[in-house]
Amino acid sequence: MKFAVVTFPGSNCDKDMYEAVKNILKADADLLWYEHANLENYDAILLPGGFSYGDYLRTGAIAATSKVMQQVKQHAAQGKPVLGVCNGFQILTESGLLPGALLRNKKLSFMCHQETLTVENSQTIFTTAYTKGETIQLPIAHGEGNYYCDEITLQELTENQQIVFTYQNNPNGSVANIAGIVNKQGNVLGMMPHPERAVEQLLGSADGLRLFQSLIHNWRETYVANA
Amino acid sequence: MKKVMVHITLKAGVLDPQGKAIQRSLHALGYTEVEEARVGKMIELQMEEGPQLETRITEMCDKLLANPVIENYQFTIEEDVRS
Amino acid sequence: MLQTHEISPEEIENDALYRDMGLNDEEYQMVKTILQRRPNYTETGIFSVMWSEHCSYKSSKPLLKKFPTKAPHVLQGPGEGAGIIDIGDQQAVVFKVESHNHPSAVEPYQGAATGVGGIIRDVFSMGARPIALLNSLRFGPLTSERTKYLFTGVVDGIAGYGNCVGVPTVGGEVQFDDCYQENPLVNAMCVGLIDHEDIQKGVATGIGNTVIYAGAPTGRDGIHGATFASDDLAEDSLKDRPAVQVGDPFMEKLLIEACLEVIQSDAVVGMQDMGAAGLTSSASEMASKAGTGLEMDLDYVPQREQNMSAYELMLSESQERMLLVVKKGREQEIIEVFQKYGLQAVAVGKVIKEKAFRIFQHAKLMADIPVDALAEEAPVYHLPAKEPTYFQTFQQMEATVPTVSDHAQTLKQLLQQPTIASKEWVYKQYDSMVQTNTVVAPGSDAAVVRIKGTDKALAMTTDCNSRYIYLDPETGGKIAVAEAARNIVCSGAKPLGLTDGLNFGNPTNPEVFWQMEKSVEGMAAACDELATPVVSGNVSLYNQSGGKAVFPTPVVGMVGLHASLAHITPSFFQHAGDAIYVIGETDCAFGGSELQLLLYGKYEGKAPYIDLQVEKKRQDQLLAAIQEGTVTSAHDVAEGGLAVALAESLFSNQKLGATVELNGDPTTMLFSETQSRFIVTVQEEQKESFENVVEDAIEIGKVTSDEMLQISINGEKLVFESVSLLQAQWKGAIPCMLKTEA
Repeated sequence: MKFAVVTFPGSNCDKDMYEAVKNILKADADLLWYEHANLENYDAILLPGGFSYGDYLRTGAIAATSKVMQQVKQHAAQGKPVLGVCNGFQILTESGLLPGALLRNKKLSFMCHQETLTVENSQTIFTTAYTKGETIQLPIAHGEGNYYCDEITLQELTENQQIVFTYQNNPNGSVANIAGIVNKQGNVLGMMPHPERAVEQLLGSADGLRLFQSLIHNWRETYVANA
Repeated sequence: MKKVMVHITLKAGVLDPQGKAIQRSLHALGYTEVEEARVGKMIELQMEEGPQLETRITEMCDKLLANPVIENYQFTIEEDVRS
Repeated sequence: MLQTHEISPEEIENDALYRDMGLNDEEYQMVKTILQRRPNYTETGIFSVMWSEHCSYKSSKPLLKKFPTKAPHVLQGPGEGAGIIDIGDQQAVVFKVESHNHPSAVEPYQGAATGVGGIIRDVFSMGARPIALLNSLRFGPLTSERTKYLFTGVVDGIAGYGNCVGVPTVGGEVQFDDCYQENPLVNAMCVGLIDHEDIQKGVATGIGNTVIYAGAPTGRDGIHGATFASDDLAEDSLKDRPAVQVGDPFMEKLLIEACLEVIQSDAVVGMQDMGAAGLTSSASEMASKAGTGLEMDLDYVPQREQNMSAYELMLSESQERMLLVVKKGREQEIIEVFQKYGLQAVAVGKVIKEKAFRIFQHAKLMADIPVDALAEEAPVYHLPAKEPTYFQTFQQMEATVPTVSDHAQTLKQLLQQPTIASKEWVYKQYDSMVQTNTVVAPGSDAAVVRIKGTDKALAMTTDCNSRYIYLDPETGGKIAVAEAARNIVCSGAKPLGLTDGLNFGNPTNPEVFWQMEKSVEGMAAACDELATPVVSGNVSLYNQSGGKAVFPTPVVGMVGLHASLAHITPSFFQHAGDAIYVIGETDCAFGGSELQLLLYGKYEGKAPYIDLQVEKKRQDQLLAAIQEGTVTSAHDVAEGGLAVALAESLFSNQKLGATVELNGDPTTMLFSETQSRFIVTVQEEQKESFENVVEDAIEIGKVTSDEMLQISINGEKLVFESVSLLQAQWKGAIPCMLKTEA
């Protein structure tokens, strides 16, 4: 399974994401500069955190208009996995791959600390290594992670089990304590907490590992086992 | 040359913590008559005069300048006095 | 519109206009002697910035020479963008601290943000990847509205810039005292990591090589002497000129990546950031250091505003700009790297043989100055020093123990003093984890950042108790260095060296200069004893208003090395049943203490005594014990004394308590700020081997699981408090004073 980590101007968690996948999970991965990136030969696309285009205009808005996002959309339409973390999540909502939007934190300031999350759906390709209802520790680091959607969308998210992670102590004002959601098809996950920062106990938590392990395992099940 | 002023505001139902903070500060300063403060954005564009000017500006707003999930926009077109 | 009239050299001399630009009469005459003619307007501006204290260190240079700066592991001492220390495996650590006090007092958000941006550029201009940021902040009392405004603005600015560029802010310190009310201090430190082979220097070598300007275009930001330059500017452009520079962290992030990419090419021979005095200092220093000259044509310099004069272009302090010297004929490959990141890079000049600094604009020679005159030959002043009368008064005061009736209550009050209280409100706003190396995040004695691909880590801290330095600059200077080293050792690392951020009042006041001299001497003595050379630094003077100077505040930024990740030691108690030791005896030391501030609202008397040899011995022995694996936690005893240190050791949500028994005068035992002490925990079965290594360790109690802090003195139980209650008060103090939610 081959991962692509896309670096936009201003991404700053791109190397962390790449190193987590490459060095800790020992998976095949490339770090790709957004311009002229060719995503054809990759099995999963990872959109990392940071401040693409300085968060100017709206977080993720300018990156969402870049050419490479057209390829990400095609990739997603083929049912292949896309993971957007933090700014990556913001880019996914701005580009319409995921519903809703991310607003400024309720308390207005940036916040960085470990959060306790509940795994709400352990049936997605990203979460089969977790159990439903399990609590895990992942760090957050954002100023605009307050997930917003209207009531109809929320109802849809709930009915389709698209809410994947929720905060136990909602830090930012997100609707329904939402920390991460998938699209209807279940192959595009956006989340504010950083699984790539939680892959070694030395740094405080290794709970993020299983997200990547789920992805690799499920890809093998689908593509290698069936081949 | 035209000067286009695009005003972007948060939709009515969307929480605006920045606006809330401003309202609180205004109250603290004694301006208790302020019932609500909402923070928006104003983007100024200098544009060449052209056909379908308004259509193109609307497109720009929908594609990039505003996020229809959370924001409304309106714009005005004036003669650019600098030209 | 630009008026065509530029002030003539004659007018500058006859009307003594150079004075408004910062040159005194004597310096102006020196300039005339050097040039053998009158300097024109642009040249006068260039001399005045290059001979300013900020660029030339003209009054602090004689003091800075007192610092030890050499050691076998020092690869680069003071003088370059940042200092460099070898850490083995062909790797090195690069670091420097810099102040941004005056801009932060005017506009706290941008002042602090651009301070962070500037120090990051200093580090990556050496070719190093910035891996951590720290800061050291000083404000007036947190009860004042102005302090709240400055404090929240500065924290916001540091967060806004640091978070965006993707360099974790891992540590820092904040102190609140009356003397900083009008003059807050904002010192930022950046630490970088580099492979030896990538070390870059800011040199313009190779005659004929090309000078490339990269990054943000130049505007009229922060131009020195703005008060004077009214004659060649129309009214409206003056009005539009911003008082402070505005930072663009997004641009900086791109600049970091582009610069670290271009240094991989052998086409780059030198690189330097444009900091204070912008284009002038970067260009002239690069030439001066290389023993060459430099020629620039300002018409090629990217400009953000129209009709900028040579004076403005040369002196602008626009942010996020770099100057590179590139081998002739290879400019295009370098320019293309910058273009990939969407950055402008253009050839603006060349290295010349003649040691001259020549500036052209609109095909006219605007400045022609011998390069060495600007850097090497800047004037140096040996200012007079005079011992202030307060010092002898304080020295003659008897050491007395303040009267405390309710020790438990006093402990609670101390924990809520803003200088002691939890700084979580501050550091939670900083991304402390990006780059995924932060092992020990803010809130401990020292931050710890591991080095990927090795078993090593770096410890880093900033420290400076300016109260002691005010009472006794020499002793206080020693303590500042010793305390920083204590923090590093507690984390399990060996101190390597330090960067100093010297913040003082007006040096032409002999009493201020005396404070400078004595504190530097004290720091230098401690650096010698503790084997921590000074590798870089910054001097900020004139931190005073209304004739009142800030306390002498020479901030110490220290870096240490963990030889193994196994040595990383927490500052919090770890297991119930561990024995608690204090290393070092406690005596009566209340001069400059937090208790003195709490009870009397002022500082007086002698600073705490320090014996550097005892300090060194204890640090060495504690580090040896840590490396042998006998220590489960280590914390230094600082502001608020032993009681505060014990309480802090329990504030980690591990549901632990402690029972401690001490003998002696209760107030002294609990709150005295006697130096060179540590609180250490040791597992029962390791006690013997620990005691064999650490001579001055005294067992005082046990870690418990009852979540109570219990301290008995002479058999009497004086403190018996719930840890969670104490922690809530300690954590809630600053948010409460700022009236925000905890």
